[in-house]
Amino acid sequence: MSGHSYDAENYWKSNLRLIFGSLIVWALVSYGAAILLRPMLAGIEVGGTDLGFWFAQQGSIITFIILIFFYAWRMNKIDEKFGVHEEK
Amino acid sequence: MSQFAINLLFVGGSFLLYIGIAVWAKAGSTSDFYVAGGGVHPVTNGMAIGADWMSAASFISMAGLIAAGGYANSTFLMGWTGGYVLLAMLLAPYLRKFGKFTVPEFIGDRYYSSNARLVAVICLIVASVTYVIGQMAGAGVAFSRFLEVDSTNGLIIAAIVVFIYAVMGGMKGITYTQVAQYCVLIVAYTIPAVFISLQLTGNPIPGLGMFSTHTESGLPLLTKLNQVITDLGFNQYTADVDNKLNMVLFTLSLMIGTAGLPHVIIRFFTVPKVSDARWSGGWALVFIALLYLTAPAVASMARLNLMTTIYPEGTQAQPIEYDQRPGWIATWEETGLIKYEDKNNDGRIQLYNDNNAEFADTAAERGWAGNEMVVNNDILVLANPEIANLPGWVIGLIAAGGLAAALSTAAGLLLAISSAVSHDLIKGRLNPNISDKGELLAARISMAVAIVVATWLGANPPGFAAQVVALAFGIAGASLFPALMMGIFSKRVNNVGAISGMLAGLTFTLVYIFTYKGWLFIPGTNTLADTPENWVLGISPLSIGAIGAIVNFAVAFGVSKVTAEPPVEIQELVESVRYPRGAGTAHDH
Repeated sequence: MSGHSYDAENYWKSNLRLIFGSLIVWALVSYGAAILLRPMLAGIEVGGTDLGFWFAQQGSIITFIILIFFYAWRMNKIDEKFGVHEEK
Repeated sequence: MSQFAINLLFVGGSFLLYIGIAVWAKAGSTSDFYVAGGGVHPVTNGMAIGADWMSAASFISMAGLIAAGGYANSTFLMGWTGGYVLLAMLLAPYLRKFGKFTVPEFIGDRYYSSNARLVAVICLIVASVTYVIGQMAGAGVAFSRFLEVDSTNGLIIAAIVVFIYAVMGGMKGITYTQVAQYCVLIVAYTIPAVFISLQLTGNPIPGLGMFSTHTESGLPLLTKLNQVITDLGFNQYTADVDNKLNMVLFTLSLMIGTAGLPHVIIRFFTVPKVSDARWSGGWALVFIALLYLTAPAVASMARLNLMTTIYPEGTQAQPIEYDQRPGWIATWEETGLIKYEDKNNDGRIQLYNDNNAEFADTAAERGWAGNEMVVNNDILVLANPEIANLPGWVIGLIAAGGLAAALSTAAGLLLAISSAVSHDLIKGRLNPNISDKGELLAARISMAVAIVVATWLGANPPGFAAQVVALAFGIAGASLFPALMMGIFSKRVNNVGAISGMLAGLTFTLVYIFTYKGWLFIPGTNTLADTPENWVLGISPLSIGAIGAIVNFAVAFGVSKVTAEPPVEIQELVESVRYPRGAGTAHDH
C-alpha cells in the first residue's frame, strides 16, 4: 500500500510539473508576446505588421493546439510509466 | 433559379439531414440521452465540440468585431481558444474519470453538499439561458434575411427542428447532428473567405493571405488597410492598446469562462476513456481553429473591401454616389443593418470617423458634414459573398452555415439545461427513486420546456440581451471554474469553503457588472456611468470575471483553512479522479 501511494504521489507530481510547464508557454504566447511584450517585439516584422500582432491573431491559437496535443501525448506516456493507464 | 429558391434548397436540405440523423440516433436510455452512451470517438467528439462551441457569435459576429476593433479585439480570438488549454489540462480528464452525467453532480459529490449542487445548478441555468437567447435570436435573424419570413416565424421553424432532434436523440442525436453541422458551417465560412483571399492577394489560404501582398497596390495587405482607414480618420488596424491590464483581464475572463461553461464540459463525458478526453480537447481546438484562423483574415479583408467599395477611386478621391451603390448595400438597408443619411446633400456616401477631433479639419475641408453610413458589424460575414460578387449558391451556403452554428450551440445548451433539471433537480433532490425510464421522460419534458422558454425569449429578447453574454462568462468563470478546479487539485477545500467561494466570486462579479450596466440590467439604474474613466483601475465590467475568480479562490481557501477538513472518503474521491485507471463509461450510480 505504501509503495502504491508513493508512486501515486510521484505520478501526480509529474502531472503537475507538466501542467505548470505547459501553462507557462500558454501565458507567454498570449499574455506575453501578444499583449504585454508586444512593444518589445515591435521590431520583428511579419507580413506588413509586427510579431505581437501575429501572435494575437494566429500564433497563440496555433501554440495552444500544439500544447494540448503535447500534453495528451506526454500524459499518456506518464500514465503507462506509473501503471495508472486504463485497461484496454 | 432565384436566390430565394437556392437558399431554401440549402437550408431545407441541411434540416432534412439533421432530422435524418436524429431518427437514426434515437436515445434509448438516460446514458444515451445524457452522454450519448459514452462511446463517442475523440475526433468525432472534437468536431461536435467545435460545433457546440462555435455559436452565432463566432460565426456571424466575431469577424465583424475584429474588423471594427482590429488588434484590440484579438482578445476574442485568444480568449475563446485559450480556454481549451485549461479544459484539457485542468478539468476534462478528471471530470471524465469521475464518470457522472452532469457538472453540478460533481460539485455536489465532491463538496458532499446538496446545497453546493443547487448553487451549481443555478449558475448553470443562468449562464446557459442567457447564452441560448442569443442563439435563438441569431437563428431568427438568419431566417428573416435569407428565407424572407419574419423573424418570429423563422424562430419557430428553427425551434421545431431543434425540438425534433434534441428531444428525440438527446446527447446521442445532438452529437451526430453537430458533426454534420460542423461540416456545413466550416465549408460555408471557408469558401467565401478563399475566394476573397484569392481576389485580394492571390493566396488561396485566407490565414496566409492576410499576411501577404495586396495584389492591386503591391503593399502588404495590412499596411494597405492601415493606410486606407487612417486616411479616413480611423485608428490604425494594427494599433496597440493603452490599457494592457484590461486587455489581459478580458482575455483571461474569456478563457476561464470558456473552460467553465457546462455545455462544453459535458461533451467530454461522452468519450470512452480518460486519455480520449485529453485528445478530444486537442481535436476540438483543431476544428475550432479552422474557423478562428480564418476569421481575422475575413475581418481585415472585408474591412478593406468595404472601404474600396465606398471609395472606388481611392480615399483621396470622391466616394461613390448613393445611386451607384452595389445591390448588397440596398438589400441590407432594408433590414436596417446598414443605415444611410445624406448629411451634406451631395448624393455621395461619406464613410469616415467623425469622432476623431484631429480629422475634423480634413473632413471640413472636403465638405463633409459627418459620417453618413453606419454598417452593423454583424452583417460582415453574411454579406461577404455579396461584397465579393460570389455566385448565388455561396449565399445559400452561408445561410445554412449561420443556422448550423446557431442551432448546434442552442441544442448543446438546451441539453445542459435539461440534464441539470431532470438529473440534478428531479432525480437528485425531488424524487431520488425515479426509474431510468421515468428520468428519460423527465429529461425529454424538461428539454421541451427549455426550448419553449428559449424560443419565447428569443422572440422577445430582454433589452439587455447584448450585455448578458458578459454575465454568462462572468458566472462560469467566477463561480464554476474555480469550484471545479479546486475540487480536483485540492483535497483541503471543503463544503463550506467551496460554497462561500462560489457565492463570493459570483456576488463580487455581479455587483461590479450591475454597478456599470444597471442593477439586474434595468436601464438607468446603474450607479456609475459605464465609461473607462469610471472603471476601477480601468477594468471594464466585461473583464471582471477574472478578478471574481481570484476572489473565489481566496475565499474558498481562507474559509477551508479555519474549518474542518473534508471527510476521508471525499479525500479518497479526489485521489481517485486523479488516476485514469478504472474509468468505466459515464454511469449513473
